[in-house]
Amino acid sequence: MQASLEQKYNFEVVRWFTIMAVVYLVVGAAVGVYIASELAWPFLNFDSPYLSFGRLRPVHTNAVIFAFGGCTLMATAFYSVQRTCGVRLWSDRMARFTFWGWNLVIVLAVLTLPLGLTQSKEYAELEWPIDILIAVVWLSFTINFIMTIATRKTSHIYVSNWFFLGMMVMIVYLHVVNSLAIPVGLFKSYSIFSGVQDAMIQWWWGHNAVGFYLTAGFLGIMYYFVPKQAERPIYSYRLSVIHFWALMFGYVWLGAHHLQYTALPDWTGSLGAAVSIAMIIPSWGGAVNGMMTLSGAWDRLRTDYVLRFLIIALAFYAMSTFEGPVMSLKTVNALSHYTDWTIGHVHSGALGWVAGISIGAIYHLMTRLYYTEMYSIRLINFHFWTATIGTVIYIVAMWASGIMQGLMWRAYDEYGTLAYTFVESVDAMHPYYAMRAVGGAIFLFGTLVMLFNVLMTVRKSLVEGSLSKARALPAAV
Amino acid sequence: MTEKKTKPRGFQEWMEINIWGLLVVLALVLSVGGLVEIVPLFFMKDTLEHNRFPEIVWDRAGKDPIVAIDESGQEQWNWKPGDGVRPYTAVELAGRDVYQREGCYLCHSQMVRPFRDEKERYGHYSLASESIFDHPFQWGSKRTGPDLARLGAKYSDEWHRQHLRAPRSLVPESVMPAYPWLDEAYLSGSRLKRHMRGLRLIGVPYADADIETAPALVEGKTEMDALVSYLQVLGTMVTLDDSKVYRE
Repeated sequence: MQASLEQKYNFEVVRWFTIMAVVYLVVGAAVGVYIASELAWPFLNFDSPYLSFGRLRPVHTNAVIFAFGGCTLMATAFYSVQRTCGVRLWSDRMARFTFWGWNLVIVLAVLTLPLGLTQSKEYAELEWPIDILIAVVWLSFTINFIMTIATRKTSHIYVSNWFFLGMMVMIVYLHVVNSLAIPVGLFKSYSIFSGVQDAMIQWWWGHNAVGFYLTAGFLGIMYYFVPKQAERPIYSYRLSVIHFWALMFGYVWLGAHHLQYTALPDWTGSLGAAVSIAMIIPSWGGAVNGMMTLSGAWDRLRTDYVLRFLIIALAFYAMSTFEGPVMSLKTVNALSHYTDWTIGHVHSGALGWVAGISIGAIYHLMTRLYYTEMYSIRLINFHFWTATIGTVIYIVAMWASGIMQGLMWRAYDEYGTLAYTFVESVDAMHPYYAMRAVGGAIFLFGTLVMLFNVLMTVRKSLVEGSLSKARALPAAV
Repeated sequence: MTEKKTKPRGFQEWMEINIWGLLVVLALVLSVGGLVEIVPLFFMKDTLEHNRFPEIVWDRAGKDPIVAIDESGQEQWNWKPGDGVRPYTAVELAGRDVYQREGCYLCHSQMVRPFRDEKERYGHYSLASESIFDHPFQWGSKRTGPDLARLGAKYSDEWHRQHLRAPRSLVPESVMPAYPWLDEAYLSGSRLKRHMRGLRLIGVPYADADIETAPALVEGKTEMDALVSYLQVLGTMVTLDDSKVYRE
């Protein structure tokens, strides 16, 4: 039965994306640990333009969001759309183009960002020629996905595909509008928007890169891989429908909460905050939907390490989607904005939720794509604990430093003057920055263990010949 | 695998069996939030304070050059600090390019919020009209270092140079990287003309003379000179009146 799957579906491109996702996870985490260390021990900038924090930070964010996140999304979307539609990818050539195109984007990012070629819009740093390439590759990914659904053998479109579709359409909107710029050189351009409008458009993009790329897409992963790994149907269909439409409609509004108390008009920020609070409900609905899928099979968490990754990811999802709306409230935002609390919040989402659900999905995929068991189950468990402990250390450090910064900046002494100079707050951050680097390093170590485990599984599959056996078997079997 | 086609029960099921219908509905639902929050910002007069307080913006921008060069090669400024928000001169723009390139905005905001402590630490809260010529905006999102919106004229040029070359020689606790390479790179007049023309195309009011004199203005200047010029102009363009309520 498995053998026919290999011939029926295009798993080749899924394998490539899966392996590259793991490689980029290691790279992205490594750059992250490095720049975190620069903030704790600034000599690490080595007075070199190519290593300085301001140029490497976009390398880190692009590597984790677009390289690791992108490859994971493309692997899982291409895999699950074939499985849920019972049909091969619409175009193998287009899928290959998507793979090579996306990896070219990543290579160009790694080359241009340290050279300082940037649009200086967060998470949209890449210059205009690369932006055009991204648009073309993204459309090839989207069209292939839509056409695969259009040619499906099943009657209904499964819920995971709704989420992937939502992400694809929204990213087209966001990427096109936010990247509108006037080129003034091969690698230099200026955004056509300025000031307050540019700020709103940037954070409309910024928050929805989180809301759609890093949430809707990864919820697509959740809706396919959690039921598959748990071997149970999703807990509630109705909850999926509510989760989906509330998320699609609501998330778009949240960007304005990044600009509370700035020169953005008050109505926009308040609107953003109001919708942010309302978003707790669908987000938790989704988290409950995923977790309750285990209802009646909770004991499997004891033995199934892949399931552990998926479920702890949902726990982090629930936590960050509570924390986010709280931070969007004006009174909290007045304290938290501009501080490390934001960085901590992002990482509880990025390390806990996005990386967690991805890692679980990738371990699940490895066994299906290489027709063998993982090289080491114990190493998966080891990875689980390093990832969880590393993430917790990281976010606790950032909570402490963020709240402390916010309080120090607004503290007054008995004479009614500011109690601290700015640099005293910088100095006070040192232990937390060191702690963050340690948490990140623990997480990074886990990703290295994962890479080793994944590569050894590929090797095992080659030695056993399980993949070539699967390719050779007649389709009828 | 093909199941028997049955009539869909309701709108949701119709979308679940009709990919094109689902796509159209999605495209509509996804556009609402952005349209409601973004489009009015381009049209509502309240968004930019200079619609009510025209003195915030320099009224001669685009008509007279900000700075000209006379026969003896001396700079002649038509604008002086406090005259109002104006486009950046060639040298300041070059500095701003460096600011973008080095990712300064990742650790420094340029957006003072209307709080007592921020007023005392940085100065008057920032107005939207102050960044109308900022393509893209540089408000930032993080203060690993202090806000820079009102940095101009607070320190000497020489302080800035030394601080950029070796931050910890002046502020021992600082975690800022050093930027020694800025002293070694000279500005290109032709490139700046191109940059200014590009900006004029998207609405920044440069006078012809602003662009034509760019090469002469940047002649012999380093990226360090440019960045310091940019930092020194931040927040000095307009003098804000504490007794006025610019923003509700």
